Amino acid sequence: MTPAADLRRIGDVAPLVRSGALSPVTLVEMCLAQIEARSSVNAFITVLTDSALADARRAQSEIRDGHSRGPLHGIPVAIKDLIDVAGTRTTAGSAVPASEATTDAPVVSRLRDAGAILIGKTNLHEFAYGTTSEESAFGPVRNPLDESRSAGGSSGGSAAALAAGMCFGAVGTDTGGSIRIPSAACGTFGLKPSHGELSCEGIVPLSLTLDHAGPMARSVADLGLLFQAMKGVDIQEIQPARGRFVFGVPTPYFCDLLEPGVRAAFEQARRTLVAAGHDVIDLEIEHATWTATVYLHIALPEATWYHALSLEQHASSYSPGVRLRLEMGKYVLAEDYVRAMRLRDVLRQRVDRALHRCDALLLPTLPIAAPRLGISTVQLGDGFEPIRAAMLRLTQLFNVTGHPALTLPTPPGEDGLPRAVQLVGTRQQTEHLIAISAAVERHISGGPGSVGGGTG
Amino acid sequence: MTIDDWLKAAKADAEARQLPALVPLLEALARSTAALRAADEAHRMRADPDTLTDIPS
Repeated sequence: MTPAADLRRIGDVAPLVRSGALSPVTLVEMCLAQIEARSSVNAFITVLTDSALADARRAQSEIRDGHSRGPLHGIPVAIKDLIDVAGTRTTAGSAVPASEATTDAPVVSRLRDAGAILIGKTNLHEFAYGTTSEESAFGPVRNPLDESRSAGGSSGGSAAALAAGMCFGAVGTDTGGSIRIPSAACGTFGLKPSHGELSCEGIVPLSLTLDHAGPMARSVADLGLLFQAMKGVDIQEIQPARGRFVFGVPTPYFCDLLEPGVRAAFEQARRTLVAAGHDVIDLEIEHATWTATVYLHIALPEATWYHALSLEQHASSYSPGVRLRLEMGKYVLAEDYVRAMRLRDVLRQRVDRALHRCDALLLPTLPIAAPRLGISTVQLGDGFEPIRAAMLRLTQLFNVTGHPALTLPTPPGEDGLPRAVQLVGTRQQTEHLIAISAAVERHISGGPGSVGGGTG
Repeated sequence: MTIDDWLKAAKADAEARQLPALVPLLEALARSTAALRAADEAHRMRADPDTLTDIPS
């Protein structure tokens, strides 16, 4: 059973659950039915059928007895299988031996405390080290909008599960764009908060100084609810910010090489914001062209640090591409890592400086639509670019600098595929970025939850 | 260590470890490292007061 069109968002179902009109058991059964019906999407590595149904019955009883824990009580959510959930193996999408977690990661225990029901653990690009979710020991994640295409990555299973109506919220991680990229590919919403804002304890690291945990959902308001729960603060709907905003488009570098459908969707979003009374200005983030090289010299050695011993013991258990990237990190010199960290400070200041001129940056999330599975390069302009480099190009700067970034889908293009734009806000002001995003969601996405959700 | 010296040693090591598929990746990394060093050098030359005040002269 596909969730009805008006029951896609947490904001839609929470009042019904709270009033007793809709049972958490029914919600879990709906999600389990979708997981079964769309099993070819391969969104999940572990489905927690028994515990989810037991938790749903418990939630139903608590709510009936007047003990509601808030808007997430009884709501099914999915967890990227890079994150510890007590009693389950954290496979990280790998054949490298994994042990069973004995405790929940803090972002998971906080969701449980808020009453959320864990429906399962989602498939991903192995060890979060890729952008297509193809290299997984459990098989590739397929995009529910077109199963010949990638769901993006690395949190591809989480985005696919949301787009196919298998859950109402999800948790992902983002080291170079791994929440925003699959959200863009699948037509859903994703938030990378400010660096350090959400705990990464209990999460298999990819790059200690670039990793972020964050929520994925079918609306901006739902991102806000999940974000607050994961942060461990009181949960209340973040109200849309009021007023006229200035959006800064960092045109050089970020708008140079875009697939025509992305450019058209971005220009349409821009025009719609102007028509709604907002200001959209062009600006430049100085030294943005450094982004990829700075990112590479930080991410490579940091990833290799975590896997060093395992690479010696289980080299053949890694996917070939992931193994090669991990091996490559061994060759980065310490002096070049330090250079990258120094230039990282410069980039952070330049993004801060750009944000002095506007309320938020506005830019595309991905330069292409969801790519077909199996391709290794993509044509942009006159040349071909490796698919991984292309997919990271517009998102990774904000992992380097730590600024919060939220991706919103645009309506499907002529080819039926969504594109996406991201809004980037001031560091440590993630709630304000959510509020601004909520204010313009209907202009960019065509209305809360109107794209992506319940497409199965 | 110059990038040429580094790349020569890295490629030899990859071959010795029977990982020839690493060689083109190391060559790409060398190009990226050259860009990183050029950016670092250019920025130091500019002596941006915002960011380089604590670099010893």
